[in-house]
Amino acid sequence: MKILVAVKRVIDYNVQVRVKEDGTGVVTENVKMSTNPPDDNAIEEAVKIKESGKAQEIVAVTVGEDKAQETVRKALAVGADRGIHVKVDGIVEPLAVSKILQKIADKEKPDLIFMGKQAIDDDCNQTGQMLAALLNWPQATFASKIEIKEKSLEVTREVDEGLETIEVNVPAIVTCDLRLNEPRYASLPNIMKAKKKPIEQINSSDLGIDTKPRIEQIKVEEPPKRKAGIKVANVAELVEKLKNEAKVI
Amino acid sequence: MSALLIAEHNNKEVKPFTLNAITAASQIDEDLHVLVIGHKAEEVVKSISQVPNVKKVIHVDKEIYENFLAENFTSAIVKNAENYSHIVCSANTFGKNLMPRVAALLDTSQVSDIIKVISPDTFLRPIYAGNAFATVKSTDSKKCITIRPTSFDPAVTSGGSAEIVKADGGDANTNIKFIKREEVKSDRPELGTARVVISGGRGMGSGDNFKLITAIADKLNAAIGASRAAVDAGYITNDHQVGQTGKVVVPDLYIAVGISGAIQHLAGMKESKVIVAINKDGEAPIFSVADYGLEADLFEALPQFLEELSKLNTIQK
Repeated sequence: MKILVAVKRVIDYNVQVRVKEDGTGVVTENVKMSTNPPDDNAIEEAVKIKESGKAQEIVAVTVGEDKAQETVRKALAVGADRGIHVKVDGIVEPLAVSKILQKIADKEKPDLIFMGKQAIDDDCNQTGQMLAALLNWPQATFASKIEIKEKSLEVTREVDEGLETIEVNVPAIVTCDLRLNEPRYASLPNIMKAKKKPIEQINSSDLGIDTKPRIEQIKVEEPPKRKAGIKVANVAELVEKLKNEAKVI
Repeated sequence: MSALLIAEHNNKEVKPFTLNAITAASQIDEDLHVLVIGHKAEEVVKSISQVPNVKKVIHVDKEIYENFLAENFTSAIVKNAENYSHIVCSANTFGKNLMPRVAALLDTSQVSDIIKVISPDTFLRPIYAGNAFATVKSTDSKKCITIRPTSFDPAVTSGGSAEIVKADGGDANTNIKFIKREEVKSDRPELGTARVVISGGRGMGSGDNFKLITAIADKLNAAIGASRAAVDAGYITNDHQVGQTGKVVVPDLYIAVGISGAIQHLAGMKESKVIVAINKDGEAPIFSVADYGLEADLFEALPQFLEELSKLNTIQK
């Protein structure tokens, strides 16, 4: 099998995001960027499947500005075989990303496409499902366990009620939950080796995809702040405050 | 044009968040129609028709809809979407799984997880785990919207008598098969709608220690939540997870025990009315959002908490 894994470069999950004073977005200058966390799980799962002998090739793809290549390079360092970088500047909405990935899928003909279930920057949770619709493939979203069968996957999905298990025929799309696996760290020799692995560069305009945003961002602002709380000395005081001051118990 | 809401249900009952979504959708367009796709879901259709905000219920019934597979639902929705300006659904795992598939086929850039309707084309939504709020305007002629249920009140459920019509769906997608659903049955209030939530984190140390939390939840008629760390460690099942990639809760009282307060956890609970944090690390970020912070060892504090609650003559339920 051949697995295509889509990765996105986002502000690192440990960074306290700050809103720009002019209301046009959040501060990204001099801020640590990383691969979107569940995309790391997507890569890890692909690498595990390859190591088990059930996949032959892993291709990592990203859509974004030049620096987005870093995420592909990282995927190569943990086991992807080659990379694709589709260059687009500015905001690219999930619909445009999925149209780009559809073109890549048409060309690469993977059996599986993996990606994280949600990007932690825009929190949209759309791209995998949109791509599945455009390709008319089945989708296994929010996956916390994947079992590879002959020509299908059995996937355990994390849903609000608990867990759901479905079987999807290949080709299929899987969006990965953080609990799917424990992503490995790249070793130094593998980071060096990854520098020699090829990354193909494509311009989104060459794919004939209009990436112009359909959603106008009018302003970005700080959420309302909570007023500062107090520390209580002991449990008795806590219960007294909850009962008589906050009146919630 | 009108708005079309996709109902979430279990073929027997309407799921509570559908009512919150009805409120949001009727703020977008008063001419609100609800699409009920399912199998033998007549009771669901009937109860939605009694919601005063609903003007019409469209009922699609077929065995292939019994397990709510997005692949099958999508074709039924697209088939019935023609006369609507907005397609709306809750941003829980049901809607998150379903709506983007619909949006892509309608060639619409979806607006996810809105917390406020500013006008029929402009919405407020949190980004970066709720660390920023974006005001966004959709320029697509047909809009696909998912709403954050806890940001809208549930609609009144009786007094209406909407027209009910039957409609056709589509064919089954043969590339997907439902196998099973493991629901965690509980007598407690649902996490998403509970008045009080008490959550445990990595500091609980083991699944067994969650019994300290359970005892207090019993007293307060609370739902039990958890941080991702506690779920990852196997202390408790995934349906309890509160946070950016879990559930968003807005109870009157949220009690965080042994939770340090990572940004990703705060995203799921910081809109709660009153927040209590119990943690032995006085520097833990959770204290920055807590109305009442107690710096203490949870293994001493929780039994004391239970004891103090037992002394009270009355406790709100």
